[in-house]
Amino acid sequence: MAAKTSAGQDDMQVKGGIVAAIRRQAEQSLAFASLVIIFAFFAFANSSFYSWSNISGILLSTAVTGMLAIGTTFVIITGGIDLSVGTGTTLTAVMTAYFLSDLKMPFAVGLIVGLTSGALMGAINGLLITILKLPPFIATLAMMLIAKGLALVISGVAPIYTDTVSGWDQIALGNLIPNLPNAVLILFVAAFLASIVLNRTIVGRYTFAIGSNEEATKLSGINVNKWIVIIYTIGGLFTGMAGILLTSRLNSAQPALGAGYELEAIAAVIIGGTSLLGGKGSILGTVIGSMIMAVLINGLRIMAIQQEWQTVVVGVVIIIAVYTDSLRRRKDRS
Amino acid sequence: MSNEQLLLVEGVSKGFPGVQALQNVRFDLSAGEVHALVGENGAGKSTLMKVLSGIYKKDTGTIKFKGQHVEVSGPLEAQHLGISIIHQEINLMPDLTVAENIFIGREPKRFGKIFLDDRKINSDAQALLDTLKLPLNPTQIVGELTVAKQQMVEIAKALSYNSSVIIMDEPTSSLTPTETSALFEIIENLKKAGKGVIYISHRLEELSKISDRITVFRDGQYIETLKTKDTNIAKIIALMIGREVQVDLRPETNTSTPEVVLKVEGLSSKKLLKDVSFDLKRGEILGFAGLMGAGRTEVALALVGKDPITAGKVEVGGKVVKIANPADAVAHGIGYLSEDRKRYGLLLGQNVDFNIILSSVKRYSNVLGFFKSAESKKISEAAVKTLSIRTPSISQTAKNLSGGNQQKVVIAKWLTRECDILIFDEPTRGIDVGAKDEIYKLLRELAAQGKSIIMISSELPEVLRLSDRIVVMCEGRVTGIIDNKEADQNIIMQYATKYRN
Repeated sequence: MAAKTSAGQDDMQVKGGIVAAIRRQAEQSLAFASLVIIFAFFAFANSSFYSWSNISGILLSTAVTGMLAIGTTFVIITGGIDLSVGTGTTLTAVMTAYFLSDLKMPFAVGLIVGLTSGALMGAINGLLITILKLPPFIATLAMMLIAKGLALVISGVAPIYTDTVSGWDQIALGNLIPNLPNAVLILFVAAFLASIVLNRTIVGRYTFAIGSNEEATKLSGINVNKWIVIIYTIGGLFTGMAGILLTSRLNSAQPALGAGYELEAIAAVIIGGTSLLGGKGSILGTVIGSMIMAVLINGLRIMAIQQEWQTVVVGVVIIIAVYTDSLRRRKDRS
Repeated sequence: MSNEQLLLVEGVSKGFPGVQALQNVRFDLSAGEVHALVGENGAGKSTLMKVLSGIYKKDTGTIKFKGQHVEVSGPLEAQHLGISIIHQEINLMPDLTVAENIFIGREPKRFGKIFLDDRKINSDAQALLDTLKLPLNPTQIVGELTVAKQQMVEIAKALSYNSSVIIMDEPTSSLTPTETSALFEIIENLKKAGKGVIYISHRLEELSKISDRITVFRDGQYIETLKTKDTNIAKIIALMIGREVQVDLRPETNTSTPEVVLKVEGLSSKKLLKDVSFDLKRGEILGFAGLMGAGRTEVALALVGKDPITAGKVEVGGKVVKIANPADAVAHGIGYLSEDRKRYGLLLGQNVDFNIILSSVKRYSNVLGFFKSAESKKISEAAVKTLSIRTPSISQTAKNLSGGNQQKVVIAKWLTRECDILIFDEPTRGIDVGAKDEIYKLLRELAAQGKSIIMISSELPEVLRLSDRIVVMCEGRVTGIIDNKEADQNIIMQYATKYRN
C-alpha cells in the first residue's frame, strides 16, 4: 500500500475512534439527562413530588421490576429475550411462601427456595433454547404460561401469607440504612454485582460475544450452548430475588401478581440503551431506565393523571427510546 | 467509439466527514460498450456508483445522460432515467417466484386492481427472459436457484425497467467458471442490444475478456482510461497501486519440515466429501485449489467440527482425535479463518482487543472467572504491533478497520490462542491489492515460525505463490496433490476438472 494512503486511513480511524468514544459517553448521559429532566419537571410541577418519602417510595417501587430488568439485561445482550420473568416472579414468590408458611421451613430455606426456583426456570429456558433449538421468544413464552399455571396450582388460587415468619418483611421494608428501604439497598447491591459480572468476568465477556455474533463466537472455540444456559440461569437468579422481594414487601405471595412485569423490565432495559439486537448494553443504563419508568408513573400519579393514561405515556416513552436508538444506529452505519 | 454517448460524468466530487471519497473524477460510457472501473478498496468506485444510482448526492460536478444534464436525486429517479445497479449481494425475495421478483411493485392486476394476474405476470416474464436469452423458468421459486441464476433474475429485473445503463458490482465473485462464461455471454447480448455496462471487478483477468475500456481510480481520483486491447494486467495493477508488481510469483523459501502435524484419512461427509486424504507438515503451507463447489471449504468445515463427518479419521500430532464441534477443534489447536470474516470471524461491534482475546478468555481469567484485563490488553497491544495491524488503538471497533486489518485481527485471535494449525479460506477475498502482499508475507512468516497452514484459494496465482504443496479437488474428491515445483496453472486446472464420467 502506498504510504500516503495508509497515513490517510490512520488519521481517519483516529478521528473515528475519538468521535465514537464521545458518542458512547453521550449515550449513557442521554438516558441520565432524561431522568434528571423528567425528575425536575415533576418537582416543579408538584411540590409533594420532591420529598424524601416520595422519592424513597419511587425507589421502592422499582425494586422488583428493577431486579427483573437487571437479569433481563444479560439475556437481551445475548440477542435473546425472556418473557417468563413476570409470571416467574409469581412462581418463585409462591414457592418461597409455600415453603415458609405451609411447610413451616426456616427463613434461610425461604431464600434458597426462591433463588433456586428462579435459577431452575432460567436453566430450563436455556436448555429449551439450546437443546431443542426453540427461539427464545417461544421458549420463554411457554415458560411464562407454565409458571403462571404452576403458581395457581401450588397456591390453590389464594394468597399465601408469610407473616408467620418473623422478620420476613424486613428483607424489603427494613432500614439497614436509615430512611432507605432494604429493597432499594438490595437492588443497588445487585446492580453493582451484576455490573461487575457483566464487565469483568468470563460470563460477561461471552454474553457480549454471543450477542455480537453467535456463529463467530462458536467458531472461536467457545461452547456457546453451555454459556447460553448459564446466562439464562443468571437471569433466573434475578427473577428469584425479585420473587423474594415481592413476598417480603407484601408479606405474602399473591398468585395473580407478576404477569406483565416482564414487559416493564424489557422496557426499562431498552430505555436504558441496551440494544434488542444484542451485543451492546449496560447495567447502569438499565437501572436508569427503570428509574425513568418509575419516576414517570409516580409523577403522573401525583399530578392526578388517570392510571389508564399513565400506561399510555409509558408506551410513548418506549417508542421514543427505541426510535432514538435506531437513529443512532442509522448514523453509525452511514 | 462511434456509438451514442450514454453517460458523461465530469468533475464530480463527494466528501464525507473526515474523508474525500471522490475528487473531481470523470467517467463516460457509450451504448454497446462494457466499461470496467477498477481500483483498490477505497478508490471511490462504489461511491461513484452510488452517486449514479441516486443513493448519494454529489457535492460538485455534472452528470450528462444521453447528452442532457441530469440530477440523480434518488434511486427512483435513477430507475426512471434507466440506470440500474446490480449489487454484489443478491437483493431478491427468496420465497417469491422469478416472475414475482422481476415485477415486484408493478404486478399486473385484474378485476379492478385488486387481484393479481398470475397468468400475465408469468407470460410477461417469459417474454422478457426470452429476449434476454436467459434460461430461467418464471414460476420457479428464487430461493431454490443457484447464485448464478439469481443473478440472472437481477439482470432481468434491471432490464425490465428498460434500463440503458447497467452497473454490475463484482458480478462474478460467487460464480463458477462455467457460470462466469454464461454471464459474459449475457453481457455480450446486452452490448449487442445497445446497452452500456459499467463493470466493477477485482478479478483483473476477467477484464481482458469482457471489457472494451478500463478506467482506473486511486484514492478517490481519476487516474487513466485505457483501451483494453492496448493494455495488460500488470499495467492496470501498476496504475491501481501506483507501482509495478510482478505476476505469478512462487514462494521464495520452503519452510516445511518432515513432521506431520495433521493427517486426514478417508474423510467423507453427507454433503459432498468423498474419501478425502492428505497430510499437513509443520511449517508448511498446503494450498487447496479447485473450482467452486469442489468441496474445499467443506473440508475446512469438517475439520473444525462445523459440518458432521460420516466417515474418516483425523490425527493431530500423531493422535487420533474426535472433532464434534468447533470447541474441540480449537482445543486441538486448529483455527479457522472463514472467507466471510464479517459473519464467521469477527465480532464487528466489539473492539480489537475483545476480538483478539475472544478465544483465549479463559487463559486470562482467574479461578473465580474474573478477567485479567490489564494482562489481556498487553497481549493485544503486542499482537497489534507484531502483525502491524493498522488501528488507532486496541479499543477501536472492529467494523471500522479495513478488510486487510480485519483479517489480521482474526489471525491475531488464533495466534493468541496458540493454534498451530491455521485454515485460511480465501485469505485475501475483499482485500485490496496492496494489502494482499502484506497478507502473503505474513502467511509465509507464520509458516517459517512453525505454524502449519491450509490455504484455500480460488485464485491460482495466489495458490502458486504461497503453497509448498497443492491439493486439488473436484466434486468432493482429492484429484491430485502436487509439489509446487511441478505445478502450474494448467496442471492444476487439469486436476480440478477431473470429473467422473
